[in-house]
Amino acid sequence: MTNTSWLFRMAWRDSRRSRARLLLFMASIILGIAALVGINSFGDNLARSISEQARELLGADLVLSANQPFEPKLEPALSKLGAARTREVSFASLVQFRPGKGTRLAQVRARDGGFFYGDWDTEPKAAAQRFADTTAAPGALVDDVLLVQFGAKIGDSVQVGQVTLPIIGRVLKTPGQSGITTAVAPTVFLPLAQVTATGLVQRGSRVKYTRSYRFAPGTDVAALLKTLQARLDAADIDTDTVASRQQQTGRAFADLTRYLSLVAFVALLLGCVGVASAVNLYVREKLAAVAVLRCLGASGRQALLIYLIQTAGLGLVGAVLGAGLGAAVQGLLPRVLGDFLPVDITVSVSWPAIATGLVTGLLMAVLFALLPLLSIRRVSPLRVLRTAFEDDTAAPDPLRGLVIGVISVFILVFAYGQTRDWKLTLGFGAGLLAAFAALAGLGRLLMGAVRRFFPAGWGYVWRQGLANLYRPQNQTLTLVTSIGLGTFLLATLFLTQAMLLGRVQIAGQKSAANLVLFDIQPEQRAGVEALLTAQKLPVLQRVPIVTMRLTAINRRPVSVLKKDTANGIPAWALTREYRVTYRDSLNSSEKLTSGTRPTLGADGVPRISVETGYLERVKLKLGDTLDFNVQGAPLRTIIGGTREIDRSRVQPSFLVIFPVGVLETAPQFQVVLTRTGSTAALAAVQQALVRQFPNVSAIDLGLILRTLDDIVDKISFVIRFMAGFSILTGLLVLSSSVVISRYQRVRESVLLRTLGASRAQILRITLVEYGLLGLLAALAGIGLAVLAAWALAVFVFEASFGPAVLPLLGLAALVTALTAGIGLLNSRDVLRRSPLEVLRAEG
Amino acid sequence: MRLYPILPSRMSILRVDNLTKTYASAGHALTVLHAVSFELAAGDTFAIVGPSGSGKTTLLGLCAGLDRATSGSVWLNNIQLDNLSEDERAAVRNQHVGFIFQNFQLLPTLTALENVLVPLELRGQRGAAKTALALLDRVGLADRAHHYPAQLSGGEQQRVSLARAFANRPAVLFADEPTGNLDPDTSERVVNLLFELNREAGTTLVLVTHDLELAAKTQRTLRLRGGKVVEPAVMAEKR
Ligand SMILES: Nc1ncnc2c1ncn2[C@@H]1O[C@H](COP(=O)(O)OP(=O)(O)O)[C@@H](O)[C@H]1O
Ligand SMILES: [Mg+2]
Repeated sequence: MTNTSWLFRMAWRDSRRSRARLLLFMASIILGIAALVGINSFGDNLARSISEQARELLGADLVLSANQPFEPKLEPALSKLGAARTREVSFASLVQFRPGKGTRLAQVRARDGGFFYGDWDTEPKAAAQRFADTTAAPGALVDDVLLVQFGAKIGDSVQVGQVTLPIIGRVLKTPGQSGITTAVAPTVFLPLAQVTATGLVQRGSRVKYTRSYRFAPGTDVAALLKTLQARLDAADIDTDTVASRQQQTGRAFADLTRYLSLVAFVALLLGCVGVASAVNLYVREKLAAVAVLRCLGASGRQALLIYLIQTAGLGLVGAVLGAGLGAAVQGLLPRVLGDFLPVDITVSVSWPAIATGLVTGLLMAVLFALLPLLSIRRVSPLRVLRTAFEDDTAAPDPLRGLVIGVISVFILVFAYGQTRDWKLTLGFGAGLLAAFAALAGLGRLLMGAVRRFFPAGWGYVWRQGLANLYRPQNQTLTLVTSIGLGTFLLATLFLTQAMLLGRVQIAGQKSAANLVLFDIQPEQRAGVEALLTAQKLPVLQRVPIVTMRLTAINRRPVSVLKKDTANGIPAWALTREYRVTYRDSLNSSEKLTSGTRPTLGADGVPRISVETGYLERVKLKLGDTLDFNVQGAPLRTIIGGTREIDRSRVQPSFLVIFPVGVLETAPQFQVVLTRTGSTAALAAVQQALVRQFPNVSAIDLGLILRTLDDIVDKISFVIRFMAGFSILTGLLVLSSSVVISRYQRVRESVLLRTLGASRAQILRITLVEYGLLGLLAALAGIGLAVLAAWALAVFVFEASFGPAVLPLLGLAALVTALTAGIGLLNSRDVLRRSPLEVLRAEG
Repeated sequence: MRLYPILPSRMSILRVDNLTKTYASAGHALTVLHAVSFELAAGDTFAIVGPSGSGKTTLLGLCAGLDRATSGSVWLNNIQLDNLSEDERAAVRNQHVGFIFQNFQLLPTLTALENVLVPLELRGQRGAAKTALALLDRVGLADRAHHYPAQLSGGEQQRVSLARAFANRPAVLFADEPTGNLDPDTSERVVNLLFELNREAGTTLVLVTHDLELAAKTQRTLRLRGGKVVEPAVMAEKR
C-alpha cells in the first residue's frame, strides 16, 4: 500500500529537521537503557562474585563441625563426600613465644592442609605450602598481630602446650575470619599431626572439630547433604555450605542487590519521564504542522502514525545505542574497578540482558510517546486559519485510558522483573502513582493559586513571569510533573544510598570497635578504662557478662533430657556454658521477631530474650520455662521474646539476654570494646594490659575487619557508581524538559522584544518563571522522596531512617538553578538572534 | 502552457445554503455568520470581502470543509459536507480542494519540493515527483526545490504554497488573504501567478481579502459585514 510507505517517508523527512530536538528524547532512552543493561549484567556478575566471595570466606564447599571427635561409625558415610578434604581441630589456649616473654590466650587451629578457596595470605608466600607439606619438618604459622605483640619473628619458636615449633611464616589474612563469634583470639596454626603431642585435647576441654570438603564444580551440595542430614544431626554435626554462608554474609549483600534493582528501575523511569516530557513538548510544537497535514487531507490516524513511526524509529535507535553503551560500560567496569572488586569478574556479554534492554527501550519509546502523541488525532485543521481557542486536543479520549493502562502494566511487569517480589512491585507502583498524582495536583494548584491571588501590585517583570505560569500554552503542568518526578526519583536514590552506605559503614569501618577486652573483673573495670584513656583509646561499649548453665527446660531436668534422644534437643544446648548479658533494650544489630524485649515480670520472674535460631533448634517456644544455675544459685526464667541478630555488625552477640534487675549481684566480668588506630598501638595496649591485668585478654578484630572492609569498600563504590549513572540520566531529563520547552517561549520573547522590552527584562521574566517552576518541582520532588525513602527504609531495607537535610537542600538548589539556568540559556539564544530571524526559523 | 484542461463550465461546483455559524463563547452565543447563501460554477472567480472580524475566514473554513456549520449546508463538487466525519472531509479536501494561506503554512521540516509532494503522495499518485517539479518550475522555483521554507523569502514561500495548492488539480481553490504578509511588489507577482494558474487549470477560486483592488480582479464579489451579506453576489462579469 502506497499509503504506508508514504507514512514512513513522511516520518523520515520530517525527522531530518527535528532530529536535534529529538536528540534529548533519544538520550533519555539511551541512558535509561544503558543503565538498565549495564546494571543488570553487572548485577549478574556481582551476584556471581558475591557467591564466589562466600566460598572464599568458607574456604571450602562444605564444612562440617562438631564439639567432639567425629564418630568412627560415621566414617563410611563421610568418605562418600570425597577425598578432597582437610581436617582441623581448634581450641583456645595460652601460647608462649620464647621463655619468660609472657603468655597470651590464642586460638589454636591444627590443620592437615591449607584452604581450598580464598587467599590464605602468608609471609613468605611459600609458607602456606610448606605448612601443608607433611614431608617437611613441622612448623607453625602465626597471626601477624601476635608476632608484633611479642616482638617475635619468623624463625623464633612458639610453644603450645607440650609442643614447641619453629615459626615458619606470619599470617596476614585467613579465609573465613569473619564475625566476632568465631574470632575468640588471634590464631596460631599447627600441623594436625602435632595436636596430640600438645596434650591440650583431653576430655572436658572445649575443642571444635571440623572437616572441610571441596567438590567438583556444579555439585549440588544441598542434595548431597540431604542424604546425610539425619545422621549428621544425630551426631550433633553442624553443616556450613557456600549457600548458607552466602546468606550469612550479611544483609549488606541482599541490600546491594535490591538497591541495584532500584537503581535500574529508577534509571528506566527517569528515561520514561524524559521520553514523555520530550514528546509532550515536541507534539505541541508540531500542532501547526499537523493542522496543515489535516488540511491537505491526511486523516487523524495518518498524522498520528507519522509521528509514532518517527518516535518508534528513534526509540529503536536509542535502545540499540543504549544497549551497546550498557554492554560497553559493563565490559569496562571490571577494568575500571580493577582493585575495587572483591574478585576477578569474568565479563560475558549478557545477550538476555541486551535483548531485554532493546525490547524495553522500544516499548518505553512507543508507550510513553504515544500518550502525548494521541492528541495529534484530535488536532483540528482549523488551526491553519487561526490559533484555535477551543482546546481541540483536550477532549477526553478513550484511547488515552487504554494507553495509560498498558503503561501501568509495563511498569509493573518491569518492576516485577527487577525485584521478583509482587508486594514490592505493587508498592513501587502505588508510590509512583501517588507521586505522579501529587505532582500533577500541585501543578494545577500552582496555576490556580497564581491566577486567583495574582499580585497585581507587583512589578512588571514579576507579573509577566507569574502570568507565564498560567497563560495559554503554559508549561507549568509538564515541567512541574517531569522535573518533580525526576527530582523525586533522584532524591529517593540518593537517600536510599546514603542510608545503605551509612549502614555498611557502621558494619565496617570508622567508628566500629576493633579490639575487645574480655574477662575484666568488676573491680578491674575502672583500672582498665583508665589504661585505655591513658593510651587515648575510646571506650566504645561495655557489656557485662555472666556465665551460667542450663539445669531444666519446662521443669524437666537437663540430665533427663540428655538421655531422651527422641526429643531432638541438641546436646550442646544442654551442656554448654551460657554467656549472657543483661539489659532492657535491644541494640541496633538486633531485631525483635516475637514477644517482648527482656523484661522483669510483675511476678519477679525474668522474661528473657533468646535468639530466633536458638529457639528453633532447641525446640522451644515463647512462654517456656528455662532454669539456670548461676554459679551455684538457681534461677528460673520464662522465654519472653525472640531476637534476630545481624551478624555482619561488630557487636558481641548473645543467645540469651536477661532483663536488668536480676543479675547485677551475680559473679560477672565485663567486656569492653575499643578501637585502635594501628597495629603498633594495638600491640602496645595488649602489652600494657598483660603487664597490669594478666587475666584480661585483648582480642583483635583487625583481621576480620580487614576482610570485611575489603568487601564494604567495593560495595560502596559500586553503589556510588551506579547511582551516578542514574543521576546523570536524571539531570539529562531535567535539562531536556527545559530545553524543549523553550520553543514555547521563543515567539513570545521575540514579540516582547519587538514591543520594546529590554534584554534584562526578558531574562528576568524568564528567571522568575523557570526559577519558580524549578523550586516548586524540586521541593515537591524532595518531599515525596523523603516519604518514599522512609517507606523503603521501613518496608524494604529494614533500616533506620534519618534523612540528611543539607544535601537535600543542596539538591533543591541545584535543580532550581539548573532549571532557571537552562531557561536563561535558551532566552540568551533568542536574544542573540534578530527577531525576524527567529520568527522565520520557528515559523 | 496549460497544465490542466478547463472543466466544463456552468456546472455548480460550490453551493452554500443558509449557512449560519454560532460560537458559544463565555456563556453567551455569538453568531458570526447569518444565513449566507451563494452558488458558484466551475471556473468562477469569487471574492469574499469585508472588514476584519466580519466572518470571512469563518465562511471560508466552512466552505472548504475545515469546520462544521451550526445550520445550513455546503455542497462541494456535488458532495454534501454537513454530515461527513472529520476524516471523510479530509479525504474530500485532498481530492477536490486547494489552499493558500496568509502565513503560507508550509511544513517547516520539509523542502519546497516535499511540501508540494504532500497532497500528491497522500493520495498515492504515480509520477508525483515529476508533477511537483513541473509545478515548482511553473512558479519559477525549480532551482529552490531542495530548500527549506526558512531559507525562502515570503514571496517564494507563497509561490511554493501556490504550487502545492494546484498539485492535486483541485476543483476549488480557497485563498485566505494570500497577500496579507507580502509587500506590494511581491503581492502583485503572487496574485498574477495565482490568476494565471487558476485560468490554466480552470479552477474555481474563492478569495478572501479586505483588499478591494484584489477583489476587483475576480468575476464576483460577496460583501460581508458583521456576518451578514451586504451585497448579494451578482453574476456580473467585471472584466
Ligand atoms: N473559536 C471562536 N470562538 C469565538 N469567536 C470566534 C471564534 N473564531 C472566530 N470568532 C469570532 O468570529 C468573528 C469572525 O471572525 P473571522 O471569520 O476570523 O473574521 P475575518 O476573517 O473576517 O476577520 C470574529 O468576531 C471572531 O472574534
Ligand atoms: Mg480572516
